[in-house]
Amino acid sequence: MRSPFYLAAFAAVLVFSITVRHADARVFDPETATLSNGMQVVVVSKRSAPVITHMVWYKVGAMDEPQGKSGLAHFFEHLMFKGTEKVPAGQFSEIVAKNGGQDNAFTSSDYTAYYQAIAADRLELVMQLESDRMRNLKFDPKEIETERQVILEERRSRTENRPGARLAEQADAAFYMNHPYGRPVIGWAHEIRDLTHEDIKAFYDRWYAPNNAVLVVVGDVDMGDVLPLAEKYYGSLPVRDVPDPVKWREPPHQADGTVVLRDRDVTQPSWSKRYLAPSYLYGASEYAYPLQVLVEVLSGGSTSRLYSSLVVQDKVAASAGAWYSADSRGPATLGFYVSPAPGKSLDDAAAAKEAKMADILRDGVTEDEVQRAIVRLTDAAELAKDSFQGIARTLGAAVTIGRSAQDVEAWPDRIAAVTVDQVNEAMRHVLTNQGALVSKLLPAAPSTQEGETAGKEKS
Amino acid sequence: MHRLSTYGLALVGVLLLWTAPARAIDIQEVVSPGGIKAWLVEDETADLVSMDFLFQGGESLDPVGKEGLAELVSSVLDEGAGDLDSQAFQRILNDKSITISFGAGRDSFSGSFMALNRYRDEAVRLLKLALTAPRFDEDAVERIRGQILINLKRRETSPNAKAGKALVKTLYGDDPYGRPGGGTIDGVQAVTVSDMRDFVTRTLTRDRLIVGVVGKITAEELKPMLDEAFGGLPEKGDVPVLPPVAASSEGGVIVIEQDVPQSVVSMAQPVAIDRKDPDYYAAYLVTHILGGGGFSSRLTEEVREKRGLAYSTYAALHDTKRSALLMAGVSTRNDAVAESVEIIRREWAKIRDKGVTAEELENAKTYLTGSYPLRFTTTGQIAGALTGIQYYDLGIDYIDKRNGYLESVTLEQANRVAKGLFDPGALTIVVVGKPVDLAATRPAPDIGG
Repeated sequence: MRSPFYLAAFAAVLVFSITVRHADARVFDPETATLSNGMQVVVVSKRSAPVITHMVWYKVGAMDEPQGKSGLAHFFEHLMFKGTEKVPAGQFSEIVAKNGGQDNAFTSSDYTAYYQAIAADRLELVMQLESDRMRNLKFDPKEIETERQVILEERRSRTENRPGARLAEQADAAFYMNHPYGRPVIGWAHEIRDLTHEDIKAFYDRWYAPNNAVLVVVGDVDMGDVLPLAEKYYGSLPVRDVPDPVKWREPPHQADGTVVLRDRDVTQPSWSKRYLAPSYLYGASEYAYPLQVLVEVLSGGSTSRLYSSLVVQDKVAASAGAWYSADSRGPATLGFYVSPAPGKSLDDAAAAKEAKMADILRDGVTEDEVQRAIVRLTDAAELAKDSFQGIARTLGAAVTIGRSAQDVEAWPDRIAAVTVDQVNEAMRHVLTNQGALVSKLLPAAPSTQEGETAGKEKS
Repeated sequence: MHRLSTYGLALVGVLLLWTAPARAIDIQEVVSPGGIKAWLVEDETADLVSMDFLFQGGESLDPVGKEGLAELVSSVLDEGAGDLDSQAFQRILNDKSITISFGAGRDSFSGSFMALNRYRDEAVRLLKLALTAPRFDEDAVERIRGQILINLKRRETSPNAKAGKALVKTLYGDDPYGRPGGGTIDGVQAVTVSDMRDFVTRTLTRDRLIVGVVGKITAEELKPMLDEAFGGLPEKGDVPVLPPVAASSEGGVIVIEQDVPQSVVSMAQPVAIDRKDPDYYAAYLVTHILGGGGFSSRLTEEVREKRGLAYSTYAALHDTKRSALLMAGVSTRNDAVAESVEIIRREWAKIRDKGVTAEELENAKTYLTGSYPLRFTTTGQIAGALTGIQYYDLGIDYIDKRNGYLESVTLEQANRVAKGLFDPGALTIVVVGKPVDLAATRPAPDIGG
């Protein structure tokens, strides 16, 4: 991301699993359309403040980078602010700011998005600016080199200065054997340094086209306001030949692995374990909804299975939980984490978590747990209507990865329809008969309780 | 439940900046039969109610040796109350998607509440229980204490946290503002349940309560809700209001060595300005021009856009009722620290000596006034603004007037204020990392760890 949080993209995806609503009413009530050149449009009227969030999403992310060119999608996102014929470098954000707006962008493995939050009467202005840079970007070599340094600083801030972030990056790389989700979105430092101006230009020409983009507008407008302007500014851009993205598949995970990072700045050890899982669009996608309910049972708040047993009752962990997000083009991850309570070792906490999950896997979750989780999830959908950004991000991400606005609207109904048998079947599908990757973050000095050797090991 | 938060440098728990909708936000002052006052904005977008409230008096009042008392109370207050133990209490919150959370700021103890209307009565009952009958069961207290200690320990190796701690310690010394936000390891370990009960009785009182409410609720519906939630609190407490304090203007460079690839730099100088000062908005504007949000500040232009030295750099006016600072920061690779610091110092002197241009001032005004409505897009944000405006006593018409205050600042006023405001010699600069070619001019304070 150009400024705070390219990781926000992942956060948005995670947030999605708790963002949509109630069985008897609509969620966001989106209107949809497609422009003459194929650009998709999603509009949500929200009249509570005289503002809009205007976003353009491109169906290209870090997973679409050529081998050896990690970081290209994110690097390119930064360069979208570096000027066109009509709007010189740096002017884009200045014009938005002069009009009382805020703008930014973010990149994930699956997509790249640009947005402005601004007064509703400035909609035409931001469309003019955004459509201009979809096709007319200039590439000033000096600007590119300066920005490369900025991105390397961004990488230092987010990753290199933080042991936990360095481990997460190593763990992703060790987990995916074939899928490009194993590459960091920001890129490996040496590849960021080596990206050429030709790489950058080719990436733009290949992917940035109206027929590979989604427009999302949320706020004090409706489709009647948006569509004529969208046709004028975006609809007039020519269709371009955009290649089909590679449909990467991950081979079966047959082996277990462990990744260990030791660092003297680590004061609290932590442990996680991840399994390959289906998403809405990958693998056994019928399990996508049951897995969301499962994670809510295991990890939704402090009365969830893992927190209440490991942290509250057994007092072996300071934190414990699980994560899963169905909203991805490629495979998803079902993961578990735990961190020891004061006086307990990491191995004690990890062993307790493994024993607890073995019990749950054997006995299954209960009908009561599933029903409570469904109520919480559908309530969360209703609460999500409160945020302009949240609505725009949820719908934008869904449509951009190849789902529909109607899928988002149907989310509460589909969650509510999940049965306890489906949850248990989904859990067994993911947690049995495949390998998993464990990652451990440890202090530099080996303690007597941990038997690991330093460095990264993968079995 | 303890929230795994970052503490940053925030000196108070209330929002310092808020902004101006083109469409009026209609604020009603509501007083309950029991005498509880609140500001209300009715908003029917979603069938829910958000409430933000605070009690004046926060972690600055933690006794010496018990630093972290307010933090611990804020994290344990929702861990059981009345006849509901921690798991029973949390289970209702979870099952009914109710948010009740508390936070300890420097000068305030705040709470936020959000509930769908169909669960509102239950939510208000739980809030009342948390405020008036917290259990502080040993089990829950020790669990949360352990989580807080883990966080404090983690901060001992975080470059950002260390820079913040060293900066406030150097600027404020033994004043409570010199303490690290969130408490100390020794302090948190020393807090007893009796201390916590004492804190609740003395601090969570009606005379120091401020409330803002937003959502689908009428004034008539709100009145009994206020009495139910807050009516059981003691009428008065006896904790003191701390007097203003000036930060040190001695300045200088402090280096705390840590072997990381990127140094974190935090700096600040004291300024004599507060919310009631006629020059407040001029100071706010010129600081924005130097290092405010968006991508058009002078610091961003010089440090990031022209030279690629950093991903982020900023300057900001940081004012509380007790003190005000001009702050700035940058994170940059170790061999670019000296250059980055030099640029910031140079810009500090330049804006003092040469002021700002008419165009810069105009752009800052249009940005800050035009973006004001963006601060009011969720019910929680609006509720927070209602509380903040009351806390600073800015008036119920503040949201309507605020943009006018900014518009009325003239170029002459802005430049006169800039001349008196910026003092590069008074900047205390803390670097955590392994900076190359940048020598410390004074020793680092003791920040523990």
